[in-house]
Amino acid sequence: MFQGVINGVSAIAIPLLILAIVGHGWYKKVKVYEVFTEGAKEGFNVAVRIIPFLVAILVAIGAFRASGALDLITGLLSPLTSWIGMPGEVIPMALMRPLSGSGAMGIVSELINTYGPDSIIARMAAIMEGSTETTFYILAVYFGSVGVKKTRHALPAALLADLAGIIAAVVVTQMVFG
Amino acid sequence: MINTIWIVLMAGGILVAGFQCLGLDYSSAEGLVMNPSFVPLTVLTKGLFDSAKASVNLAMGLIGIMALWLGLMKIAEESGLVKLFARAVRPVMVKLFPDVPPDHPAMGAMVMNIAANMLGLGNAATPLGLKAMQELQSLNKVKDTATNAMATFMALNTSSVTFIPATVIGIRAAANASNPAEIIGPVILATGVSTTVAIIAIKVLQKLPKYRMPQVDVEVEGKEV
Repeated sequence: MFQGVINGVSAIAIPLLILAIVGHGWYKKVKVYEVFTEGAKEGFNVAVRIIPFLVAILVAIGAFRASGALDLITGLLSPLTSWIGMPGEVIPMALMRPLSGSGAMGIVSELINTYGPDSIIARMAAIMEGSTETTFYILAVYFGSVGVKKTRHALPAALLADLAGIIAAVVVTQMVFG
Repeated sequence: MINTIWIVLMAGGILVAGFQCLGLDYSSAEGLVMNPSFVPLTVLTKGLFDSAKASVNLAMGLIGIMALWLGLMKIAEESGLVKLFARAVRPVMVKLFPDVPPDHPAMGAMVMNIAANMLGLGNAATPLGLKAMQELQSLNKVKDTATNAMATFMALNTSSVTFIPATVIGIRAAANASNPAEIIGPVILATGVSTTVAIIAIKVLQKLPKYRMPQVDVEVEGKEV
């Protein structure tokens, strides 16, 4: 029942939003087709504008992962993380999450397959995936798209929030499933 | 800061791969053994090219969704739906974004972006967020520097105000989890903590001299002295 409601909400959200937008436009006598295409023209420009920032971030992360440097840091951090109740297997997830969405998604899938979806490791990684974001990607793409170079306090604040989210995910997982 | 991180990731990756080419083996019975090989560097080079290719594919994949959402947003904007939507959550948003006029298109785009994020619709949220940044930039007096509103919006985005983490629930269901959706409660709790920390951090940090907006508060300082 609960899953049905949740699946229903996820399935309904986008079509409902589109229906509301188009319906309201029709009600307000907006020339919906013409206005839509006018707005859609911008889509290409926005997507092309973010390519340099995507390349810069994904290539740097790719180098860090492919070289084995990520594994090295994982080894160094494991004494620290076990203190807050985070199994060593989840560390790459915590490190990858702010850097790369597809990377983090890959790690979650990997942990679910290796340890089983109902293991504490897989649950913790899944909750981390749901409750944090790809900070570096978002900052690079969003600020990059408008040409802002000096991001001031945005990055430190976002990293503090990530740290809080990761610790909260660990603590909540231990409380609910531990 | 992003410059430092980028250099650390890039140079760190290359140096670590270079070091691994020495093939040092400490665990060997005869003490330190060396098995030199270029494999770590060729793996690294391939990784670099793969990532560069993947980023363009990602951007190309975004074009269609971008066009769809920007088209829909244009309709919502023209019909006044965005204003209606923004008005409903005005009290919270006005408190969080004191520098943005409540009826400005930026407010509407930010509200829609956060609503999409809440439902776990990450792909739908991105074009709305980029639109919001463009609108916020039109209010910005120093074009290469982030405003307080931009930083606050970024903090809300990166702390992930999620109610329905749809994708990860899908992965769990595919792996036959006994209850794929059981993580929703924990996620809402954890995301609440990170969003609270994000808002507190942004409001505290923006007052520090180190992060002060250039030129804008000159007038205020003059009055106080």
